[in-house]
Amino acid sequence: MLDTIFFYVFALLTIGGAIATITRRSAMHSALSLIVSLLGVAGLYLLQKAEFLFAVQIVLYIGGIMVLFLFVIMLVNLDQAAKERQFNRQWLLGLVASVLVGAQMVWMLNSAGVLSLPAAVPAPAATGPGNIEALADLLFREYLLPFEVASLLLLVAIVGSVMMAKKTS
Amino acid sequence: MPEGYLPIFVFMVVALLFPVVAIVAAKLVRPSSPFATKLEAYECGIKAASSSRGRYTVRFYIVAILFVIFDVETIFLYPWAVRYQSLGWFGVAEVTVFLVILVVGYVWAYKKGALQWV
Amino acid sequence: MLVNFTPPSASEYIRVLPEILLTVGGTILMIAEGLAGERHRRGLAPMALAFLLLALGGAVVAGMDPGPAFNNMLTVDGYATFFRLLVLIVGILSVLISGSYLTRENADSADYYALILFSLCGQSILASANELIMVFIGLEISSIATYVLAGFLRNDKRNNEAAIKYFLLGSFATAFLLYGVGWIYGVTGTTNLQEIHRFLTSSESVYSPLLVSACAAMMFVGFAFKVSAAPFQGWAPDVYQGAPAPVSAFMTAAPKAAAFAVFLRVYSIAFSGLTERWQPILWVSAMATMVIGNFAALRQDNIKRMLAYSSVAHAGYVMVAVVAHSEAGVAAAMFYLASYAFMNLGAFAIVTHYVGKGERYVGIDDMAGYARQQPLIAALFTWFLLSLIGVPLTGGFFGKFYVFKSAIDSNLIWLTVLGLLNSAVAAYYYLRIIVVMYFHEPTNETGAAGPVPAGVRLALIGSAIGVFVLGVMPSAVLEFANRSAMLSR
Repeated sequence: MLDTIFFYVFALLTIGGAIATITRRSAMHSALSLIVSLLGVAGLYLLQKAEFLFAVQIVLYIGGIMVLFLFVIMLVNLDQAAKERQFNRQWLLGLVASVLVGAQMVWMLNSAGVLSLPAAVPAPAATGPGNIEALADLLFREYLLPFEVASLLLLVAIVGSVMMAKKTS
Repeated sequence: MPEGYLPIFVFMVVALLFPVVAIVAAKLVRPSSPFATKLEAYECGIKAASSSRGRYTVRFYIVAILFVIFDVETIFLYPWAVRYQSLGWFGVAEVTVFLVILVVGYVWAYKKGALQWV
Repeated sequence: MLVNFTPPSASEYIRVLPEILLTVGGTILMIAEGLAGERHRRGLAPMALAFLLLALGGAVVAGMDPGPAFNNMLTVDGYATFFRLLVLIVGILSVLISGSYLTRENADSADYYALILFSLCGQSILASANELIMVFIGLEISSIATYVLAGFLRNDKRNNEAAIKYFLLGSFATAFLLYGVGWIYGVTGTTNLQEIHRFLTSSESVYSPLLVSACAAMMFVGFAFKVSAAPFQGWAPDVYQGAPAPVSAFMTAAPKAAAFAVFLRVYSIAFSGLTERWQPILWVSAMATMVIGNFAALRQDNIKRMLAYSSVAHAGYVMVAVVAHSEAGVAAAMFYLASYAFMNLGAFAIVTHYVGKGERYVGIDDMAGYARQQPLIAALFTWFLLSLIGVPLTGGFFGKFYVFKSAIDSNLIWLTVLGLLNSAVAAYYYLRIIVVMYFHEPTNETGAAGPVPAGVRLALIGSAIGVFVLGVMPSAVLEFANRSAMLSR
């Protein structure tokens, strides 16, 4: 019961934030609404006992990526952007295309029986180590190579972003 | 409902409700008569030289993206920290390799002057 | 929880030797520039070459002891070794032609070589990836490094345009791939290619073929973008035209070969049970890629843009081999990608040198009378162009021959006919360059390129030997390809 209430609270935050993100005229307001939406997602992760994803969502998305978004918004001329038309001429085409693709996905998921699955089986009671511990064992043992290679990916990202953004001397 | 999280959820909901209630209540109670003088600097406050909505320098962006990248690095260390003992020396070696590669990136960015402000 | 965990054995480390060497080399290059200062920039290209040669040796050593590595994340088989060697050789040739170009543009930098090494590391991972997570990470490393390389000359508007287009569209395409990976994990509960295959072909597993086809389709978007197959080829001409010439040379050969390697591996292993569902889509894509590439190339006056469309067309020929979905098809694709790498790098090496400072002479007409000024280079260019057409005694001929043979063996008669017609159309625009070089009077402005630098000369010799060997004695390479074409399911 309480579970359901919290689910709807977080779902409302997620969807409400998302709608506000795409309808606000000011880019800054959009970014702030996105934070609300991401917070809702973080709550949903916690409801699913995905503690690590919850931490990732808070530390990385709300803490890191949103900061990046805000700085990028400050890089562009906001006064100018607020005066311009908010939607380009392809919005109708875009709407039709997204509705079509969305309908197709729903149809596919439906025919695969995903949408009519029986009510979710309650997650098994946590025994032994928790979510993060299990993840650590997977990440540092079975998936150690992707873990190490991820550092190379981050290194390339550092090089790329600094080279693209830095003024050439 | 995962056990033990109820206080946190309640806390989150209360935290969210608090500003909403405060703002809505204030709006209902207070008189409303906005005029331009109210928005100006008060007493010895300095008058704004220009709009604060201008363009910021790209340096903010570089710092922000480096922050995000090292943020990702940190988040990878969380599970290791939780399982530090059972992973043993092999885990330490793994994390060291991971960190060394990223430190190279840090040193490189430092040498490039990406962190220099002026 | 994994209780019985054993650390990876020494032979598993050896199987990732090229990746380790490339990472170490790239990081050393990044640090070395800061330590050595401005004066030692001449040493950068040889240093990068040394690391690439080491990695090449590492790939050979790794290939001698085939097997899985790191819990089946990678599998080092003949197929992986073939593509590792191919991308590393492309890397070596690209570095050879880059040195003089960067000096001319005043952009010598260790970062350039480090990025090439990192990009190759990603491609080497792709060549051996046996797990969709590794596929994604490898693809991202390779792509991000290439995005930056495409915009390497920061003050050049064309470079900036190429980089931003490639980056935005490429990220979007990779998102589709990742979404497909997510769905396939949702359906099968695994990201390991063999286990996906086992799940999809097992009679006990319950799943919706429709949903799996959707996964295959979404992953196709990602892969087709990377190999520039229709309808996701739109970025290719702009990016290859706008990027620095040596980078275009690199991009048209190495990332493309690696992307095809993983494309083939994923579709021949994981989705081999659903052939009748994805084959028609790939059929249309292969046909459209050939037609669009060749007919658009007919109308180009810019030599880089023409080679870019030609690269799209060649991706179409390889797609034919993918559609064939047989061991012969895999072997043909491997052979084709190898021969295309050599002839394309050769052609781009000459373009790199010829365009001059600031890439001024990129028009096909600028090549007028080139045969009189540089008879040897013009002859080599002719040789590469003839190979791109697919004239006998060149690598290009056998590449096309094996591709179409595998297509006929798989009963793809119409696709073969279309492919042959396309090759005939392609002859026109390649021959046009030869005609301009040999029979047009030189204009005043052209011929400013001067003597050919040693690095470009070495790369030309290397590519010419490659095209020659593949054209005259294809059997050695083809046998190796045939032996490695059986991908373990």
